[in-house]
Amino acid sequence: MSIEFRKEYFADERDDDLNEIGRPTQRQDMVGHVTGRSPFYDDHLFDGLCHIRCTRSPHHHARVRRVDASEAERMPGVRRVILAKDVPNNLNTLLSLLDFGLDDEQLIASDKVRYKGEPVAAVVADTERQAREAAAAIRVDYEELPAVFDVEEAIAPGAPSVNPAYPQNLFVYHGKYNHQKLRFGDVEAGFRDADHVIEGRYQMSPIEQAPMETCGAIAAPETNDRFVCYTSTQALFFSLGTAAKLLDVSSARLHFVGGTVGGGFGGKVDSLHEPMAILGTILTGRPCKYMFDREEEMQVGAPRGAERWYVTDGVMNDGRIVARKLVGYFDAGAYTRLSSYAIVKCVGHLPGPYTIPNVYADVYCVFTNRTPATAMRGFGVTGVDFAIESHMDVVAHQIGVNPVELRIINAYRDGDMKAHRRVAHNCALIECCQVAAEKAGVRLSPELLAASSLKDGGGRRGEIPNFTATDEHGRVSGFDSGSYAQGDRPSMPLPDAASRPAPQPTPAPTPAPAPMRPLEPAHQSAPAPERTPEPADASTTPPGQPAPPERAAPRRGPTRFSSISGLRRR
Amino acid sequence: MARKPIEITHNGEEKAIFVADGQNLLDVLRRTVGDLTPKYGCAQGTCGACTVLIDGTPHLSCLTLAETANGRAIETVAGLAGGELSPLQDAFMRNFSAQCGYCTGGMLMSAEALLRANPRPTREDVVEAISGNLCRCTGYEAIIDAVMDAAQSAPRRMG
Repeated sequence: MSIEFRKEYFADERDDDLNEIGRPTQRQDMVGHVTGRSPFYDDHLFDGLCHIRCTRSPHHHARVRRVDASEAERMPGVRRVILAKDVPNNLNTLLSLLDFGLDDEQLIASDKVRYKGEPVAAVVADTERQAREAAAAIRVDYEELPAVFDVEEAIAPGAPSVNPAYPQNLFVYHGKYNHQKLRFGDVEAGFRDADHVIEGRYQMSPIEQAPMETCGAIAAPETNDRFVCYTSTQALFFSLGTAAKLLDVSSARLHFVGGTVGGGFGGKVDSLHEPMAILGTILTGRPCKYMFDREEEMQVGAPRGAERWYVTDGVMNDGRIVARKLVGYFDAGAYTRLSSYAIVKCVGHLPGPYTIPNVYADVYCVFTNRTPATAMRGFGVTGVDFAIESHMDVVAHQIGVNPVELRIINAYRDGDMKAHRRVAHNCALIECCQVAAEKAGVRLSPELLAASSLKDGGGRRGEIPNFTATDEHGRVSGFDSGSYAQGDRPSMPLPDAASRPAPQPTPAPTPAPAPMRPLEPAHQSAPAPERTPEPADASTTPPGQPAPPERAAPRRGPTRFSSISGLRRR
Repeated sequence: MARKPIEITHNGEEKAIFVADGQNLLDVLRRTVGDLTPKYGCAQGTCGACTVLIDGTPHLSCLTLAETANGRAIETVAGLAGGELSPLQDAFMRNFSAQCGYCTGGMLMSAEALLRANPRPTREDVVEAISGNLCRCTGYEAIIDAVMDAAQSAPRRMG
């Protein structure tokens, strides 16, 4: 395979003494791969290995009235049936290790199932077949509930409430906001001045990572009262912390071995298997393996979540985009996992690699009764890039400009101000477009061929707009912004929809392209568009409830070491 | 559960083992014989990660009843390398034909069977030979390159 190096780019920013790039370097694990000796988790053999299989919900949304395991417990080879009550601390959210998000998911569902395939019981048996047969013999009495599968239906009034931690079906950021937003300049003014206003709606379906090796883990007792866990995880320390929290054991008692992953692509960060395998070992004293079969990998394993986007561009006849408005809905499925983080990443990417003087974005993390979504290659950016770049083509077609030309005209140049109020540098989109055009046989005009990321940037393009339209839309109450941890949040009634707080004044996000609601204008040049002072009144505490303590009693779970939520804790 | 004695030749070595009713060859190779090179990918015969050679032809060991292997010669990746890597393994290394490595064993066995039957395959022959083996990371081009490379660089081993 031939690689072409164009070292002229950024030449003045580096010494040309690269010692690895440009030369083939053998993978350190290649000999293991071609000899079949790479130690995947399932290549560790244990005498007396037990197998764990789950009884899974056939419904998308249902109340669990009763779980009857009496028959399964008497079946041959069955060592233990594990129910929700056997999980020592049966509530977690994956990013709680970063203090980001409320605990919202059980390892084994107790009172309700919220997606098809959610486990309601697990069986530990001597053989996989015995575990399967016993799992099938567990009788579960369900009361089916209305389910919601569409992001916009989920946030419409009257929609079934999916996740009790977020009764409005919207993830709550910083304890205050039901979406992430970006404001730069004034899109409405931009649309008024534009020669064309072009709208589009884009949708991406969930995508399964489909690694060749399905997710799994093997746990076994070790000496010194420890447990060893061989795992396919992509995120060893996530899995370690998650297992320690759910099982309420010190992470010092857990010996994790991983690093050889049979394909992950993001689908092996959710840490579902390690806690279950270790729990099986704790309860039976036997080595236990818990793995998805292929069907579970496809149906239950978390995919890249679906996204829906509304994009509106204000464009001049000469191809300049003067305003871009984006409203996006990420389908998190039933539980948060990593979707909340995906949106933070997404909004950091908007409005794409283009210098646009007026930008507006609202992005929502929506809960539905679909399979919980998680990481997958570039998640948070992939879906919206599909929307933006598709829309660029639509715009180019409608105003009669070549799509490559439209991108070069609007591309970031060095010195430009991005919508996040950071100056762009090391830009290279123009050069990429020129090479792509050349390879694709697209003729560019002499001006476009002469365009460069190093030229024509900055100046007026490097300024923050004098006026940025801001708003309070998306504020919620009833959540404590001090920490996401539910243990710190005594005021929040949980967990049932019936006892959920009176309907919040959550402005139901209007599907774009709706006009922006009238706002009190604010002149702003600070980087944070919504630095509203914390209200000092008691309105965040429902009446009759004690105010949350200054710093609540220490909660269970691992110590937070950093925060991507902006709420850094000691 | 009833257990049956069977005899197999595993990578040239004769072995007598017991297999259970309904047990598949993949499970027997991994758990009973202790050869971990065939991999579990789907247990549905769709991914090819468990491919082994039975009397020289590629089979999906996850769909092969273990007792049908009685008296047959089973070959896996564990037997490909002698003192050093086989030319095919070497070509996989040179062409960067593996990333996670999970499909690699099955790919190698399908390719090995092809090169034994057809030492000078066309690219289309290679595509056909590995069409039952899925890869999710590397992409197939580097794998096809490796098989072509092995065919061109190592004709002597076919003799």
